[in-house]
Amino acid sequence: MSELRIYNFMGLRKIAVVFSAIMLLVSIASLSINGLVLGLDFSGGTQVEVGYEKPADVAALRQQLESAGFEGPVVVHYGSETDVLIRLQGKPDQGLAEKVVAVLQSSGEQVDLRRVDFVGPQIGDELREDGGLGMLAALMVVMLYVAVRFQFKFSVGAVLALVHDVIITLGVFSLARLEFDLTVLAAVLAVVGYSLNDTIVVSDRIRENFRKIRKATPVEVINESLSQTLWRTINTSVTTMLVLLALFFIGGELIHNFAIALMIGVAIGTYSSIYVAATVMLAMNVDREDLLEPVEGELVDDLP
Amino acid sequence: MPNKFPLWKNLMVLLVVVFGFIYASANLFPPDPAIQLSGQSGAMQIDAAVLQKVERSLDEAGIEYFAGETDDESLLIRLRDIDLQLRAKEVIQAEMGGDYIVALNLAPTTPQWLSDLGGKPMKLGLDLSGGVHFLLEVDLDSALATRIESDLEDVKKVLREERIRYRSLAIKDGRIVGQFRDEEQVEKAKALIRTTYRDLQPQSEPGQSPLLLSLKLSDIASGEIEDNAIKQNLTSLRNRVNELGVSEPLVSRQGKNRIVVELPGVQDTAEAKRIIGKTANLEFRLAAIDRVGEVFPFRTPSGQGPDARLENKAVITGENVTDARASFDENGRPQVNITLDAKGGWQMGYATRDNIGRRLGVLFIEYKTKLVKSFDESGELVLTPVPFVEKHIISLATVQAQLGKSFRITGLEQRESSELALLLRAGALAAPMYIVEERTIGPSLGADNIELGVKSVTIGMVMVLLFMLVIYRAFGVFANIALAMNLVLLIAFMSLMGATLTLPGIAGIVLTVGMAVDANVLIFSRIREELAAGSSIQGAISAGYDRAFVSILDANVTTLIVALILFLIGSGPVQGFAVTLSIGIVTSMFTAILLTRSLVNLTVGGRKIEKLWI
Repeated sequence: MSELRIYNFMGLRKIAVVFSAIMLLVSIASLSINGLVLGLDFSGGTQVEVGYEKPADVAALRQQLESAGFEGPVVVHYGSETDVLIRLQGKPDQGLAEKVVAVLQSSGEQVDLRRVDFVGPQIGDELREDGGLGMLAALMVVMLYVAVRFQFKFSVGAVLALVHDVIITLGVFSLARLEFDLTVLAAVLAVVGYSLNDTIVVSDRIRENFRKIRKATPVEVINESLSQTLWRTINTSVTTMLVLLALFFIGGELIHNFAIALMIGVAIGTYSSIYVAATVMLAMNVDREDLLEPVEGELVDDLP
Repeated sequence: MPNKFPLWKNLMVLLVVVFGFIYASANLFPPDPAIQLSGQSGAMQIDAAVLQKVERSLDEAGIEYFAGETDDESLLIRLRDIDLQLRAKEVIQAEMGGDYIVALNLAPTTPQWLSDLGGKPMKLGLDLSGGVHFLLEVDLDSALATRIESDLEDVKKVLREERIRYRSLAIKDGRIVGQFRDEEQVEKAKALIRTTYRDLQPQSEPGQSPLLLSLKLSDIASGEIEDNAIKQNLTSLRNRVNELGVSEPLVSRQGKNRIVVELPGVQDTAEAKRIIGKTANLEFRLAAIDRVGEVFPFRTPSGQGPDARLENKAVITGENVTDARASFDENGRPQVNITLDAKGGWQMGYATRDNIGRRLGVLFIEYKTKLVKSFDESGELVLTPVPFVEKHIISLATVQAQLGKSFRITGLEQRESSELALLLRAGALAAPMYIVEERTIGPSLGADNIELGVKSVTIGMVMVLLFMLVIYRAFGVFANIALAMNLVLLIAFMSLMGATLTLPGIAGIVLTVGMAVDANVLIFSRIREELAAGSSIQGAISAGYDRAFVSILDANVTTLIVALILFLIGSGPVQGFAVTLSIGIVTSMFTAILLTRSLVNLTVGGRKIEKLWI
């Protein structure tokens, strides 16, 4: 086993700041201009998934539905050539799905009704609100935990890393016009969990090294810590990516976007645990002093 | 650094492993597709004779079955092939007719010794089993509006009786607002209402005209009305859903004003919606004196009584009933208190004034459907659902005095009184409900989802196992045993807790597989570092585990917090994901830290080894 190589991660931190800033700006711009393509869970409406024996002609189906009086139905293949997803416009109405199936069956073809979703508009509104609140609550609680377990500067770094990851994951969904539904929301929260996991492990090592190594600058300590945890970070990311790839390719259409969100999140989370959290800590002048157990009666001053 | 576990620690690890295997094994026994038959009313006997009849019809139709059992209330027939389930249901329904409820079911095959230990397979969510999910919203505002309207009539009446003159009395913004001629009348009215109507609270706002009286339903009263409206709807929904013949329906309250209905296995949403949407009604009728009138059976869920002849004309209907509740009289005997609206009270008083000593019956009217057999042109058997009305008496009591707006029914057992109150409320006009979410998952999609889920877990797992072997060699084997054990424990806990497995839940399992190795990666990286720093082999192992523990704990606690929040804000499938993720985190801590340490200690611990294969 050779001596551990120390990489000068922090030497590149200016480039990382620029990189992150660009990513964040593009994401925020896209989110505020394009917004997210909200899935049925959030937007409300009706969708019907049907299965055919043979590959289905979506254009013909669209025409068939239009001539039956449905306004602007969206008909697309879903996962395979034989599966069709129909999204209906206009006011949600509970009877719609049955009518659609009746129209499709009227042509005499074997139609297998695979799924019907109707979501009332009030549900979508509530979910949007709950989702946002949940995200905020998660960040607050995490910040508190890290502040108690580590130190305030660490918790700012950890939370900024999380915000960074969430915004960029959402940004990619916005840019690529991928549908954002409940499972994706779950994935984004799982990204928070994953990225946090990474950041905590790195922070843990930074804390340990600050206490252990006496004669070193903060940059050196952080570089050493990051180098020590590098293999662990990479290995865990690889195993997680492996299972996500399995989900992406095999898991089916319903969790396709879930897998995508997590893959983006894991990639960004790995990067941010190395660069974002540590860079924020350095920017806040993290120091050995911050991490020594406070002596009874002594005033601990966090100001630089 | 001996790297030896005391015996009790090894035994504990072994115990948990054995526990995991036992409870996870419950999932190795897939349930049999089955048909369940029960009577439309609880009083019907489903005995061996019925079983024979059913079995004969299956024999004739050439449907293979292998076990029929009956417990006098229902009957269960296990089938060989799940594809035959629907046909078997049709055949049996056709044979037995509309008096029986025939339901698709899945009969557990868990061995006796395992179910004695509490072992049972995981429940499948609707997205895996197929079925219908409805979310209904109860219109509480309209329940409150109905109540305040009936209160308005009452207030008008008492004011008239007490000769308190008012200019106008009307409902405005959900309140009763009255205009009076002078302040004295306002004060009188206020005092009267305070003493007679506790549910109404006089409101005064700054700048309000002194000739104005505004009455609002008290918070307690409106809370009670809302609560009753939901309970009433829940009760009637449960009754109706039972009629659909679903083996394990779920009807439960969600949040303030919503009700979730989940019907596994149901495909015909139109039928389900029709049954959910229909209402029951009540009629109060006097017992007939002559031969005029109609004879109705007396039936309650707990028993039957003699038939009785009632008049054709109803005194009041369920619309006039505002409340019914079970309580006890002065002597502690059970009774049911019934409250009517003003109109109903007046009609009841008029009808009972000259009829003291006669009996008054309560008729429960249900709108049901039955399947009728017929043959089409080609001679094929067709089953058509035909709606019909079923009326039966749920209470028959002698009128002791002239009845008014509120009266009581006595002479009941305690169980009878609560049952009657429930039925009265269910039959009274409940607050309207409408569907705010509906999801139907076809059986083919459910089956596909299971297959895809199992496949992705397997493949994801195999890839991680290979990766760990390549990177950590001998220690990779330990990590892999821990990973496999983690999956077993996860399944064992989910089965034991009765957690429902959903598609996002499977995704959670897959993710857990990927992330669970993290703890081992942390430990092994540490051991490598310690070795590189020149520690002895035994020292490196010990230090690796100790130092990595803090990181693992911190990282897992924070992830657990996130999973908890996910559970709190999510619904249905997302909660399934949160549950698997949380359980996975806890079990992975055990397997990655304790189980691997135990294995490492047993194999290399305390021995002289030249080189560590890590």
